[in-house]
Amino acid sequence: MTTAQMLITIGAAVLATVLTRALPFLVFPEGRPAPRYVRYLGNALPPAVFGLLVVYCLRSVDVMGATHGLPEALAILGTAALHLWKRNMPLSIFGGTALYMAILALI
Amino acid sequence: MPRSTGAEATATCGEKRRGRIRRAFAAAFPLTLPIMAGFVFLGLACGVYTHALGLPVWVPTLMSALIFAGSAEFVVASMLTGAFNPVQVFLTVFVVNARHLFYGLSMLARFRDTGRKRPYLIFGMCDETFSITYAADPPAGVDRGWFMFFVTVLNQLYWVVGCTLGGVFGALLDVQTEGLSFAMTALFVVIFLDQWLKEKNHAMAVAGIALSALMLLVFGPDNFTIPAMLAILAAATVLRERLEPVIGLAGEEPATDAATSEKDGDAR
Repeated sequence: MTTAQMLITIGAAVLATVLTRALPFLVFPEGRPAPRYVRYLGNALPPAVFGLLVVYCLRSVDVMGATHGLPEALAILGTAALHLWKRNMPLSIFGGTALYMAILALI
Repeated sequence: MPRSTGAEATATCGEKRRGRIRRAFAAAFPLTLPIMAGFVFLGLACGVYTHALGLPVWVPTLMSALIFAGSAEFVVASMLTGAFNPVQVFLTVFVVNARHLFYGLSMLARFRDTGRKRPYLIFGMCDETFSITYAADPPAGVDRGWFMFFVTVLNQLYWVVGCTLGGVFGALLDVQTEGLSFAMTALFVVIFLDQWLKEKNHAMAVAGIALSALMLLVFGPDNFTIPAMLAILAAATVLRERLEPVIGLAGEEPATDAATSEKDGDAR
C-alpha cells in the first residue's frame, strides 16, 4: 500500500470505531430523554457487559490444551479472593497478575 | 446530580476550578495504574507486531492516537499488509468493536452535562476506560466529568506511549506480554465482582457470563461477541418486567431501600 492508502485504511478504522462509540449518543441526543426501554438497558446491560469482557479476555484459553486453563482459573480465583479481602482495585489487579505470572513461570 | 453553585461564587473562580481539576486527577490517577501496566506492555506488543509486519514506524502511534481500540489495531495492522480495501476494513472494525455500542447505551446518563469534554469522553471510551468510568464512584466532592476525563486521557496516554515505544524499538525488544496482559482480565474480574456485590439482582451478571461462554463455544473466539451481545439483549428484554422495578432506569436516582428490599426477596 502507498502512504495515502494506509492513511485512508486507518481513517476507515477510525470512522468505524468512533461510530460504535458515538452511535447511541447520536440516536439519543442530550436534552431529550431516551425511551424508557433504552434507559432500562442502561442499567441492565453493564453487569452483563463486564461478564462478556471477562469471557472476551479468556477467549483464546484452550481448555483442552496442556494446562486446561488452570493458570487462568487459579489467577482469577486469587484476584477475586484478594479483592474480597482488601477491596482495593489496583492491589487486586497487580496481585492477581503477579500470581498469574508466577504460575506461568513455575510450569 | 445536583451541585451547589452558591458557595463557589464567593471564591475566586480560577482557583476553585483548579482545585476541582486537581482533586479529580488525584482521584483518577491511582485507578489507572493497573491500566498503565497493562497498556504499556500490550502497546509495546502492538508496536512490535506492526514492526514485524514491516509497516512504517508512524503506524502504531497514529493508530493508538486515533483508533484507540486494542484488538482492532492488531486487525488493522494485518490488513495494512494486504490489498487496499477500506470498505472491508470499516466493516471488520465495526464488527470487532460492536461491543462499544453497549457502552454508549450505558453512559447516556453519565455523560450528561459534561460539556466540552463530552466528545472526547465518547471518542476515548475503550473497554478499560468504560469499565472504570462506569463502575468507579469518585469520592464525594470530586467532579465526575473531570474524573472521567482524566481516566480517559491517562489510559490513552499509556496506550500511545506503549505503541510508540514498541514501534520505535520493536526490533530490539523481546517482550514477554503473556503474563502481563492478564492485568486486563483481572481488571474486568474485579469490576464484575464489585458490580456483583453492589447489585440487587444477579440475573444479568449471570446471563452475561453464561451467554458469552455459550456463544464462545458455538461460534469460536473470533466471531462470538455479536451473537453474545444479541443474546444478552434478548435476556434483558425478556427479564424486563421483573428486573426494571428492581434495578430502575439509568439516569434516575435509585429506588429507596424500603421499596427495593421488598422486591429483593422475590427477585432471588
